[in-house]
Amino acid sequence: MKTTHLEDNFQQKIDAEERIEPKDWMPETYRKTLIRQISQHAHSEIVGMLPEGNWITRAPTLRRKAALLAKVQDEAGHGLYLYSAAETLGVSRDTLLDELHTGKAKYSSIFNYPTISWADMGAIGWLVDGAAIMNQVPLCRASYGPYARAMVRICKEESFHQRQGFEIMLTLSKGTPVQKAMAQDALNRWWWPSLMMFGPNDAESQHTEQSVRWKIKRFTNDELRQKFVDATVPQAEILGIRIPDPDLKWNEERGHYDFGAINWDEFWQVVKGNGPCNQERMEARVKAHEEGEWVREAAMAYASKQSQKLKEQVA
Amino acid sequence: MSAEEWPLFEVFIRSKSGLHHKHAGSLHAADATMALENARDVYTRRQEGVSIWVVESRHISASDPADSDAFFEPAKDKIYRHPTFYDLPDELKHM
Ligand SMILES: [Fe+2]
Ligand SMILES: [Fe+2]
Repeated sequence: MKTTHLEDNFQQKIDAEERIEPKDWMPETYRKTLIRQISQHAHSEIVGMLPEGNWITRAPTLRRKAALLAKVQDEAGHGLYLYSAAETLGVSRDTLLDELHTGKAKYSSIFNYPTISWADMGAIGWLVDGAAIMNQVPLCRASYGPYARAMVRICKEESFHQRQGFEIMLTLSKGTPVQKAMAQDALNRWWWPSLMMFGPNDAESQHTEQSVRWKIKRFTNDELRQKFVDATVPQAEILGIRIPDPDLKWNEERGHYDFGAINWDEFWQVVKGNGPCNQERMEARVKAHEEGEWVREAAMAYASKQSQKLKEQVA
Repeated sequence: MSAEEWPLFEVFIRSKSGLHHKHAGSLHAADATMALENARDVYTRRQEGVSIWVVESRHISASDPADSDAFFEPAKDKIYRHPTFYDLPDELKHM
């Protein structure tokens, strides 16, 4: 079969909402786009464990500690589901990790910001996981089967993440003036980076159009960002804290909130590696990987010895 | 980078007794014991299962999607395998 014919068939399947599975024919660019997107997403889950891991030992109560630990464990699971989905496209786990550790692959820039107070655990769960959910829910219908299935599993687990974050914010904002100020300060620092999580404006975004045609993406960056703002403003009102944007106001005509301009210079600086914690995050990842090497080797040596013994017993 | 990547296992989970094991995902592990323990830790953190199977992915033989038309063709024209094929009077209820 000619490639154009194969490509037509492929697009027809996608238009008919059929899923593409690992062994099905797919254009090389579809495969590459997916590997890039899924592995970036996997890396974000894993690097995302670091800012919150920072507070597990210092959580204010046992209840908070158990919840935060469970959340961070979930993020490790999400990383696994996504790495596995990427591997079905013919790339090895080692290659993916290598790309992360050498800086060739990106991860979500939000995790390059520091977590300097306990309130940041609240703001991250509420805003960062909230923004992630906005992004992830439509991906449950992505055209690539293994990716979509991983996202279904992830979305089921995410809702507790956002709720536990919101509960932290709620407790602080109903607390003493100092606690309320902590909540406000966390919102001030996490609001704009959370809006940046949806990526550049549509006019600036290079991948959107093709990804929408391939149903790897169902909404554009700006559409998702607007949904997030619309959903989050009433939540901030419940908390009684102020979103740090003087231009934020309800637009009756559009039926949406208008919001101020995003500082894209800051966004690109962080993407390029100049955020407050880029270096620290990468060092922590590489260190964990390198220091785990002897464990991986020992486990492998033990496994092959055991299977050797078993063979000798049978013989 | 480690010299040898741990093998890939496919994970199947029975969500409650009486149901089939269903494919849940995959993971790398040094051996089957570790694969079972890791599968428990990542795929059943919220009591999603009462039983787990793991099998090394390389042991699975799969049909080829490129040949699926021909492969599944024999079943295509056998509509008489379905109950709706048979003409029965309306008076006949419950059959
Ligand atoms: Fe996650
Ligand atoms: Fe999460």
